[in-house]
Amino acid sequence: MSISKEFIKGIWKENPIFVLVLGMCPTLAVTTNVENGVGMGLAATFVLLCSNIVVSLVRSIVPDRVRIPTYIVIIASFVTVVDLVMSGYFRELHHSLGLFIPLIVVNCIILGRAEAFASKNSVFSSIFDALGMGVGFTFALVLLGSIRELFGNGTILGYPIFGGGYEPVLVMILPPGAFLTLGLLTGLFSVFEKRKR
Amino acid sequence: MKEIVKLLVVLTGVCVVAGLILSFVNEVTRDARAYQDRLEMLNALNMVLPEHDNEPDKDIMDVSGVSYYVSRVKGSINGIAFITSTEKGYGGLIKIIVGVKPCGEIIGIGILQQKETPGLGAKIEGARFRDQYKGKTLAGVKWSVKKDGGDFDQISGATISPRAVTAAVKDGLEKFSVNKAKILGGTDVNQ
Repeated sequence: MSISKEFIKGIWKENPIFVLVLGMCPTLAVTTNVENGVGMGLAATFVLLCSNIVVSLVRSIVPDRVRIPTYIVIIASFVTVVDLVMSGYFRELHHSLGLFIPLIVVNCIILGRAEAFASKNSVFSSIFDALGMGVGFTFALVLLGSIRELFGNGTILGYPIFGGGYEPVLVMILPPGAFLTLGLLTGLFSVFEKRKR
Repeated sequence: MKEIVKLLVVLTGVCVVAGLILSFVNEVTRDARAYQDRLEMLNALNMVLPEHDNEPDKDIMDVSGVSYYVSRVKGSINGIAFITSTEKGYGGLIKIIVGVKPCGEIIGIGILQQKETPGLGAKIEGARFRDQYKGKTLAGVKWSVKKDGGDFDQISGATISPRAVTAAVKDGLEKFSVNKAKILGGTDVNQ
């Protein structure tokens, strides 16, 4: 597989949210607005990129029997780095993402890519795999966040879109809105895919 | 046996390296985090305290388990802020900062932490809800929401959150009035 394919697959054909259906917990929880989606997406992408690189680097020296604990230590370390840096320099974002930053550790996308891809492939292709998956994840979160913020709050990135008379559809920023939006989007995705075939 | 040793060495090695990196990052970001913590506290205090020329986040009096942040002008106290909290919010813990004049009249309240429903209970953060506490004192005010026969507006669709806030503010004021003498005692009071 070529490098560009490695990158593109994460965004579309193997999109972690709409196709692989991984990492649902942060996806459903933080996508109440666009800003949270971008923040969570970038934080997870950073962790994914770093962990893919390191896992790929150490793949030949880590014995099979301790590979999962090793991956978890690597991932947890990068998550803690993100947590500390965000708390020091992006406090507002740190507050709104809250608990979901430490929970990146158990985001199945990251462990999934370490196990399924980085532990079997070169550093170079692991980087592109991570970037593709990260962009795909971020894209999905931003898409969900935009739809929910637009209908649930009448804004995009905090700017009013509909004018003053708009009565927000509150359910969209509540948990049910997350399930509804995700369900519809996942459905749309598979319709698209079937059409192409 | 040989394999066990190898597993031990690899896992220990990974953990040691991770630990070293983390302690380094912790060290590097420590000042920035402390600065953000202080900024946060100062913002909250400035929201509920009058103009002052001291540093209220460092001018703290601890009386019976509550920290009182004191604001002063030329050494005399013109306001006191304290944090009160309740577990009775719809989403659990609500933390509120309350600023009062030395006489006990509320200058303002701010919500520091809440997990209420967005768009409903979370409106307790809005100025429209918070401003109704301004100028209130412990005496002469019915400290409950209108639905319960009190003086405070609930939010339509969310009675639990305003009820919790009102009770917590009242509780804070009661503690303040008990501790008042100790906090103000001996100092020059600027009413």
